[in-house]
Amino acid sequence: MRKMLNTLYVTTQGAYLNKEGETVVVNVERETRLRLPIHTLSSIVCFGQVSCSPFLLGHCAEHDVSISFMTGYGKFMARVTGPAAGNVLLRREQYRRADDLAASARLARLFVLGKVANCRTVMSRALRDHGPKIDAEGIERTVGKFGTLAQRLLREEGLDDIRGLEGRAANDYFGLFDHLIVAQKEDFVFAGRNRRPPLDRVNCLLSFLYSLLYHDVRSALESVGLDPAVGFLHRDRPGRMSLALDLMEEFRPVLADRLALSLVNLGQVKKNGFRISESGAVIMDDESRKTLLVEYQKRKQVEIEHPFLKEKIPIGMLPFAQAQLLSRHLRGDLDEYPPFIWR
Amino acid sequence: MYDEADYIMLSALQHYLYCPRQCALIHLEQVWVENRYTAEGRVLHERSDSREVGRQRGIRAIRTLPLASARLGLSGQADVVEFHDDGSVFPVEYKRGRPKKNRCDEVQLCAQALCLEEMLALSIPSGALYYGEKRRRQPVIFNAELRKLTESTIARVHALLQGGTTPPADYCRKCDQCSLFSACLPKSCTTGRSVRKYLAAMLRGTDEKDAEHPLCNNAGSVPQ
Repeated sequence: MRKMLNTLYVTTQGAYLNKEGETVVVNVERETRLRLPIHTLSSIVCFGQVSCSPFLLGHCAEHDVSISFMTGYGKFMARVTGPAAGNVLLRREQYRRADDLAASARLARLFVLGKVANCRTVMSRALRDHGPKIDAEGIERTVGKFGTLAQRLLREEGLDDIRGLEGRAANDYFGLFDHLIVAQKEDFVFAGRNRRPPLDRVNCLLSFLYSLLYHDVRSALESVGLDPAVGFLHRDRPGRMSLALDLMEEFRPVLADRLALSLVNLGQVKKNGFRISESGAVIMDDESRKTLLVEYQKRKQVEIEHPFLKEKIPIGMLPFAQAQLLSRHLRGDLDEYPPFIWR
Repeated sequence: MYDEADYIMLSALQHYLYCPRQCALIHLEQVWVENRYTAEGRVLHERSDSREVGRQRGIRAIRTLPLASARLGLSGQADVVEFHDDGSVFPVEYKRGRPKKNRCDEVQLCAQALCLEEMLALSIPSGALYYGEKRRRQPVIFNAELRKLTESTIARVHALLQGGTTPPADYCRKCDQCSLFSACLPKSCTTGRSVRKYLAAMLRGTDEKDAEHPLCNNAGSVPQ
């Protein structure tokens, strides 16, 4: 599997980046502050008044390192990428399948199946870890139901039916989610999923984690040459990365939900790390956000054996591995897309 | 005669003879993964544009000379082409490492000679391969048999790239050294690997090997 690489974030105003041999050099006021070998980077993100030499841009393009320019406030402005990623045959096949409802359904049910199976694992693990402290009976019943549901998805052929099953599973799962919180229960109450804006601390954690995941999945899809905007379960909507949303489904429980639970259950985030605004929207403070980012990065470095590839890979490489398997399926190498199933 | 847009790269011949799937991954799917071996090869070949590198003992050597053949639909470049004062032309290809078991290096060199013959309207009876590890030139005679093998390889590569289909993986020992291993997934994309089996096993909590399950053959009946 490809190595997991770093992202360089440059926030120092007036910084100038240039290339020296195979390294990226960060200069501030004509003084070298940092040198990094290019092959350790996957991307560079520049905030505000940060500039790069054209030679560095070319070198990064050649090495598949993307460079993004954001305003000082983090609003996206532009991106420089090389010609490498992309294969028109693959994208055409992606579009053909997306245009064909039956073919879309065959893929959609596998994304949902991955999600349902992984939600089931989140619940079984909670049962194993905190059995006596939680509503074991209710959770056990749902675990059983999800097992049956996963089997049923393998036979389901209509997109609407698949979406229906997905909706019901999400309701059941989030209906129980509050029971999986075993510490700081008064401060972290979960009464259903809400997003725009998040109205409680748990939803605030989930939303932020989902947005990190969305970005990771989107770039994984781009790096194998798939179009993140054209999905199967999620249909086209301008401005939405539908395929990224599709592929995210199987990772939500593993990479986001479980991390949110452990942040709360292990006391890594606290009640006063959140601010409730006048509109009722809950906002994380910088300290909590930092804790969350550090834990997210740590979790990405944990190695697991990929159940289909039978290879040890860091959790952070899962989106890339799955994007790659999806492209291999679309190119005809695999009879179906194998979702990542966590046990 | 081929249209210029349909030319294949000289390097594709070598990729094809190593593994047709590798050739399709590189030339159809535009996959390229650099590892130690490809980086070393790149550095070995990384030189400035075509220029004369020396004249000695009646030989003028030109480096990185662009080549093409409209008859064969082929383009690329030669490492070094020697122009001898007696009028003969002699291509030399530099290779990291040592001579390989199959004839891919000879085919690549012969294809260069075929291009040169067409471009210069003369005949080229031989060339040489220089192997870095042996530090020695190995002469190659472009006989009828090697020319036939080269032309048939070119035809097969054209067919592969025009067809647009990547051949299935066939895992074997050489896959472990291939720079495209991580993009090819030869163990998982090999014929006979079934996602249905994987899914059935994962959902029942067993290993794929003992997945004798109705789901493997038929999605119809599933015991609950």
